[in-house]
Amino acid sequence: MDDLLLTFGTLIASTLRVSVPLILCALAGVLCERAGVIDLGLEGKMLLTAFAAAAVGAVSGSLPLALLAAVAVGVALSMLHGYACVSHRGDQVVLGMAITMTAAGLTVVLGIAWFGMGGQTPALSEAVRLDRWFVDAGKSIAQIPVLGPIVGVGLLGHNLMVYGAFALVAAVWWLLFRTRFGLRLRAAGENPAMVDAAGVSVKALRYQALALNGVVCSMAGAYLVLAQNPAFAPNMTAGRGYMALAALIFGKWHPVGAMWACLLFGFLDAASIRLQGVALPGIGEVPVQAIQALPYVLTVVLLAGFIGRATAPAALGRPYLKER
Amino acid sequence: MSQPVELPRWMDVLVLPALNLVIALAVAGVVVAIVGFEPLEVLQLLIRGAFGTPSGIGYTLYYTTTFIFTGLAVAVAFHGGLFNIGGEGQAIMGGLGAGLVALAWSAHLPAWAMLPLMVLAAALFGAFWAAVPGALQAWRGSHIVITTIMFNFIAAALLGYLLVNTLKAPGNMNPESAAFAASARLPGVHELLAALGIAWPRTPLNLSFVLALLAALAVYLGLWKSRPGYSLRATGFSPDAALYAGIEPKRLIVVAMALSGALAGMVGINEIAGVHGRLLPDFVAGAGFAGIAVSLIGRNHPLGIVLAALLFGALYQGGAELAFELNGFSRDMVFMLQGLIVLFAGAMAHVAAPFLYRLWKAGGGGKLAT
Amino acid sequence: MPVNATASPAVAMRGIDKRFGAVHANRAVDLTVAAGTVHGIVGENGAGKSTLMSILYGFYQADGGEIEIEGRTARISGSREAISLGIGMVHQHFMLVDTLSALDNVMLGAEPTFRLTPARATVRAGLQALMDRTGLVVALDAAVAELPVGERQRLEILKALYRGARILILDEPTAVLTPLETEQLFATLRQLREQGTTILLITHKLKEIMALCDRVTVMRQGAVVLDAEIADTSVDGLAEAMVGRRVNLAASAAARAPGEALVRARDLRWRDGLGVERLKGVSLALHRGEIVGVAGVSGNGQSELLDALSGLLAPQQGALTVGARGFTPERWLDPATARTLRIAHVPEDRHKRGLVLPFAAWESAVLGYLGRYCTAGWMQHPRMKSDTAQMMDAWDVRPRNPALRSSKFSGGNQQKLVLAREALPEPEVLLVGQPTRGVDIGAIEFIHGRLRAMRDAGGAVLVVSSELDEILALADRVIVMNAGAIVGELPIAECSESALGRLMGGAVH
Repeated sequence: MDDLLLTFGTLIASTLRVSVPLILCALAGVLCERAGVIDLGLEGKMLLTAFAAAAVGAVSGSLPLALLAAVAVGVALSMLHGYACVSHRGDQVVLGMAITMTAAGLTVVLGIAWFGMGGQTPALSEAVRLDRWFVDAGKSIAQIPVLGPIVGVGLLGHNLMVYGAFALVAAVWWLLFRTRFGLRLRAAGENPAMVDAAGVSVKALRYQALALNGVVCSMAGAYLVLAQNPAFAPNMTAGRGYMALAALIFGKWHPVGAMWACLLFGFLDAASIRLQGVALPGIGEVPVQAIQALPYVLTVVLLAGFIGRATAPAALGRPYLKER
Repeated sequence: MSQPVELPRWMDVLVLPALNLVIALAVAGVVVAIVGFEPLEVLQLLIRGAFGTPSGIGYTLYYTTTFIFTGLAVAVAFHGGLFNIGGEGQAIMGGLGAGLVALAWSAHLPAWAMLPLMVLAAALFGAFWAAVPGALQAWRGSHIVITTIMFNFIAAALLGYLLVNTLKAPGNMNPESAAFAASARLPGVHELLAALGIAWPRTPLNLSFVLALLAALAVYLGLWKSRPGYSLRATGFSPDAALYAGIEPKRLIVVAMALSGALAGMVGINEIAGVHGRLLPDFVAGAGFAGIAVSLIGRNHPLGIVLAALLFGALYQGGAELAFELNGFSRDMVFMLQGLIVLFAGAMAHVAAPFLYRLWKAGGGGKLAT
Repeated sequence: MPVNATASPAVAMRGIDKRFGAVHANRAVDLTVAAGTVHGIVGENGAGKSTLMSILYGFYQADGGEIEIEGRTARISGSREAISLGIGMVHQHFMLVDTLSALDNVMLGAEPTFRLTPARATVRAGLQALMDRTGLVVALDAAVAELPVGERQRLEILKALYRGARILILDEPTAVLTPLETEQLFATLRQLREQGTTILLITHKLKEIMALCDRVTVMRQGAVVLDAEIADTSVDGLAEAMVGRRVNLAASAAARAPGEALVRARDLRWRDGLGVERLKGVSLALHRGEIVGVAGVSGNGQSELLDALSGLLAPQQGALTVGARGFTPERWLDPATARTLRIAHVPEDRHKRGLVLPFAAWESAVLGYLGRYCTAGWMQHPRMKSDTAQMMDAWDVRPRNPALRSSKFSGGNQQKLVLAREALPEPEVLLVGQPTRGVDIGAIEFIHGRLRAMRDAGGAVLVVSSELDEILALADRVIVMNAGAIVGELPIAECSESALGRLMGGAVH
């Protein structure tokens, strides 16, 4: 029994850790897609910002500088996104692909040139990496029967960004649904003509949404190297940007919905390793690839309307032209 | 901010893509310089690596074959107004189809029966993998861009599962299938040339190159000379006009996607039947995405696509040579250039249009035409 | 309500001139609207009333002339300026976000605080007071998607008033309303007038003008033709002014005995996605050797009628007989079948439907008729090109270049190309929407001559046009549509300006 609870606790802990980059990426996606701009470049933005954080962190040994570098790169990419798609009405899907493809190549090229380790960056020192909080508290609480392992091992002892990610979910929710900026942003994604007629600049709103998208996405990238792996490795995002996209669709473009979807996908990821070789009652052994594919399958099923409807913001993907 | 500008046809089709290509190369050149190489030297070595030796040419054309298939796939869907980003997954499924058929029957059938069967299987598997997202778009309104991306991942997972569990050759450490019998292997071009008495070094270039060129011709004929092609193009340009003309858009979408997927599936023939002779993971290696770049530069026209595929093939082969010759150079430079091309020729394709227009007008253009 | 004669007018537009390319939309228009009155602006399509109001609201800038709001010269460069000057506009197509609540829709752009909860409280209080004062009732917390059309329109009015609009422009407000909702709207507008709001009502419905307005301005072809107090005019007077003096009545009034009925439509009814009834029991017969003209301001069901007859739209109720074949809503006509039944259709929108603009002329010239040129799925290009050349010769399409892109032809030549294509298989029934919209004078006569020739050869022609001149020049029988129903049917000999004007203005039910 104790063993089971401990397993459960560690499962929760790994779910949280795995979900954080997904949550952060998904939040970034929600912010800009709600404003009407498709973001298929989440994967590339996460990758390039991770590289920036790793490179600057390795060279400077400073955590604040690493974070700053990530944010700078993230915002720059999002501004490129805005320039091409909002100012110049370029195709948003193509732009997202372009960013992802370019980032994949550029990170390795710069990595090899600057660090010569086949694209990897040097391992970041402990000074740069994020500390874990509440470790001692966690250990003591873990002694408490029943709830102890779950709370102590599962919920405590994580680093700042884990807690920060969940706080950010609340913050994004508040911004979108409790402030006038959020109201206007959501309206711009549904009926930009109406927002324009009300005297609010659709272009400015979309650029602002993209700026936020850049910052939040850079947090996802920074997390990868500051909390997860100690260094950047080529293609370390491994499709997580797309999984975050799937999660945000699965969560129906709502920050809290996206969070739950990310937790679900993260749980599947964490559980897939656990379940290898384990026969589930009635189903038998579940192949790890099936669990890996499950988030994507679920998203398709949702999009096909078989488990409820996921309605995108009405003006998503369509560049806004002041038409007369 | 950006007003739609009407460039004359020849500028739109030739000059603008060329300009965008040059800009992408220039930016890549800047990165090359930043990391400490001499851009012009890199360019020279690249061209030599791609075309300077018979072996290089062979490899270049081998890559070109794959890019022709994926480029055509994107173009066919595009003419119907659809964005098929699922080339990766469709290529995986095509290879899987060819491989399954080969594993089942290659020991029992002669090559003249086996190879067409493999081509058919690759086409059908790829077609299916694209037709499902197409049908979901047509009948359920599911955004095809998202579903095709999801299907890419599902295909990769499926292949991984089969390779590790079902198809793995006994006694093999790697997740690969058993090798196919000889009847399931496409002859290499070096073999054919040897039969003609011409000596050519051994390269992966195989008969599927001819298949690719035939496919390009077929796509050209299909799109511009056949009735379904006309209907597809009309639907892509103007769904309202298509409805007015009595064209049924839903079936057309599914058929267009199926053809697109079948073309992408042909990558499986090049890689599985032409080169590896067995099923293995990651034989597509980003070719689906490269196809997007190829189609954009090639302006979605088969001739442009063949040329653009050649360009990309040269970049891949030249890049590989550079990685050998220059210390610290990696092929990722080519992937980066690929992304830059998609950026400048795709997303920002018309940013340069107003400048070109002004230049053209300043040069006295447009005064004679209507 | 006594109007203070010495107070400056709410709106004074003087000498407003506006061109869009070759189209002279407003010709030195003067408009003076007294404060606290309801002022109607009447005219057919293309009369210039929408352009004038768009200039007032800042969507366009006039090429010449000046505007004074409440006595002060105004430069209205955008909707923001207009709003700040107290001008509000209720558009024909509502500017609402369906997924947001009514309250949020009103508030957007004018939220008093950054945080929404206190903002909503403030706005709700203000809106409640406004609703009490004006009698407009809207469920503030419902999502707009759930509101019926009439309530959405009230919301639009509330939105404008909340922004402090003292001058309210309504663009064809009753187009989507039921009679009951129309009455409610009028009551609201009267109430607003009592409270000092100035109202500008753009409409083509004459009865409404007479019922509601204090003063009316009639526009025709970009100029003002009548400006009078309601007490000094009548429905007939407005009808004649709107329609103008037509000299060319019954041009070829040779007594014509139309032949058998080729197409019969019975009691067609259709509701659009918003639930608005666009076809209210329309019945129609097309006879051999006859041109039927459908007159009326566009938006009154003519487009939907054309679509139903050509197979692009299946009504929810009604029946259609084409020769020996019958069609019901479950199994309605479709465009391909229509063509096999020898019904040809020249669509109203040649850019969106009639042609594929990026196609070469010879490719657009086979749109819908591919079967004629294909063997086993293969298109016969030489025959397509030669047929196109033939069409271009027969209909004088210039330049005579089948390889030229469809978008490069002028409007008139594009139209002739579409007509040539539809006429080539010598159809029994020809449905034409706006045959000469955007077409130059020379081509208009040519096209009219061809349409008459088709009728003389024994075909049935249905012409829908918002140009009354054209209907009068071509038709043997004139049908007038208003608000989705046929309100009148007259042989050409009995069509007078006032009779038609009254019908088009909805004056006769």
